[in-house]
Amino acid sequence: MPDLGLDVLLKGNNFFRLLEGLLAAVKISMVSIALSIPFGVLLGITMTGKNILVRFLTKLYLEFIRIMPQLVLLFLVFFGSTRSLGWNLEGETAAVIVFVLWGTAEMGDLVRSALTSIPKHQYESSRALGLAKRQTYFYIILPQTLRRLLPLSINLVTRMVKTTSLVLMIGVVEVLKAGQQMIEANRMNSPNAAFGIYLVIFILYFLVCWPVSMAARRLEKKWG
Amino acid sequence: MKKIKRILIPLLVLALSGCLAGCKNTKDNYRTLEEIKKAGTINIGVFSDKNPFGYVDENGNYRGYDVYFADRLAKDLGVKINYVSTEAANRTEYLQTGKVDVILANFTVTKERKEEVDFALPYMNVSLGVVSKNDRVVKSLEDLGADDAVIVISGTTAETYLIKNYPDIPLQKFDSYATAKEAFENGTAVAWANDNTEVIAFAMQNKGYTVGIPKLGSSDTIAPAVARGNTSLLEWMNQEIEKLGEEQFFHKNYDETLADTYGEEYKETLVVEGKKTD
Repeated sequence: MPDLGLDVLLKGNNFFRLLEGLLAAVKISMVSIALSIPFGVLLGITMTGKNILVRFLTKLYLEFIRIMPQLVLLFLVFFGSTRSLGWNLEGETAAVIVFVLWGTAEMGDLVRSALTSIPKHQYESSRALGLAKRQTYFYIILPQTLRRLLPLSINLVTRMVKTTSLVLMIGVVEVLKAGQQMIEANRMNSPNAAFGIYLVIFILYFLVCWPVSMAARRLEKKWG
Repeated sequence: MKKIKRILIPLLVLALSGCLAGCKNTKDNYRTLEEIKKAGTINIGVFSDKNPFGYVDENGNYRGYDVYFADRLAKDLGVKINYVSTEAANRTEYLQTGKVDVILANFTVTKERKEEVDFALPYMNVSLGVVSKNDRVVKSLEDLGADDAVIVISGTTAETYLIKNYPDIPLQKFDSYATAKEAFENGTAVAWANDNTEVIAFAMQNKGYTVGIPKLGSSDTIAPAVARGNTSLLEWMNQEIEKLGEEQFFHKNYDETLADTYGEEYKETLVVEGKKTD
C-alpha cells in the first residue's frame, strides 16, 4: 500500500478538526437549503405571474445571481457590507446570506419551470370543478410540481454542499481549509499527506451527499 | 490562488465600483491603539497554511514565524489575540474593512500595496535565489554557458526577472511547483530560480543540491501592515519592532520557527531586525 500520509490524521486533534470543518460546511449548506426552499417556491410562483415588470425584475435577479461567481458574491457580502453599510458580518452569516440568495434564485427557476410544465388542462379542469385560484394551486398544481421538483432540487442541495468549499476565502475554516492546514503543517515530515487527506475529504463529502440522494430516490419511488 | 486572483480582482472592482461611487464611506474602518487596548483583543490576520510562516499545528494552535511575532505583539500590548485565517488574495481587503487590525501574513512590501495599506518596519527579507546540483554549483548567472537552461515556474517573479535581466538564458517554464521539481530532479536544466525561501527549503530537503545564489537581484521586505491612516497603531508597532531589534528578537524567532526548514546558514540572509534592511 502506498504511503498516503494518513498518519497525519491521527496526530493530535487532526481528525476531530476535519470533522469540525465538515460540520461548519454542513451547517452553512443546511441552513441555506432550509431557507432557500420556501423562498424559492415563492419566487417561482411569482415568476409565473402575468405582470411584466415583476417578471422582468425576477428574471434580472436570477440572471445576476447566475452570472456572478459565488466567490464574488461572498466577497461582496462579506467585505462590501462593511465598506458601504458598516455592518460587520461573521463569515458564516455572510456565507448563509450568499447561499440563500443563490439557492433562492436557482430554486425559483426550478419551481418556475416545474410549474409551467404542468399541462394547461390541469388548471382548466380544476377551475371547471369550481376550485378557486388559490385552491387550484394548493391542491392540484403544487403537489404535482413538488414531485417533479424533487430530483432537480436534490441536485441543488449537493451542489451547495460542495460549493461551501469557497467560504474559506472569507475566513471560515471548513473541511477543505482544515485539510489544507494539516497538509501544510506536515509538509516536511509527511509530504504525501495531500493524497490521504484529500481522499478522506472526498469520502466525507460523499457521506454527506449520498444519504440525501438515497432519501430522494426513495421518495421518488414512493411518489412515482 | 494566482489564477483565482486574476479573475477575482477585476470582477470585484467592477462590482464594487458601482457602490463605491454611489454610497458613502462613512467612517474610517480601523480601530486605534486605544480602542484595541480598551477592547482587550487584537485581531491579527495570518496564514493558516503557510508552513513555516503561519500554519496550524495538530492541536489547532497557530504557529510559525509570523505567529511567534504576533504573540509577542499581543503580549506587549497587554491584550488577547484573535487569529483570523487569511488568504493571499484577501489580505488587503481584511485590513481595509477593519476586520483585522494587523496583517502578519508574510506580506511583501510593494509599491502598489503601499497605496492601499500602511506598512510598519520590516521583519524579514525575501529575494530570488538559484539552486543547482552539487556537482556543478552555479554561483553566478554569468557563469552559465549558452546552452545551459534555467527552470522557472510561470508567472513568478523569478521568470519576470530573468526575462528582463538575462534575456539570453534559455528558460524552461513549468506551470506548477511539482512539474518544475520533477524536471529539475531529472536534470533537464542546470539550475532552478525561484523565491529564495523556496530554493533554500528545497536544498535542505533534497540531498545533493546547493543554493549557489541565495540572493539574486533586488530584495523585497516582509512587514506588518495596518489600515491606511491608522497612525497610532503604526507608530506603536514601529517602536515595538525597534525595541525588539535591540534584544535580537527576530533571530530568536528564526531559531524557534525557521531554523528547521532553512538551517542556520541563511539566518542573516532572511532576518531583519529593527530598521536594518540589508
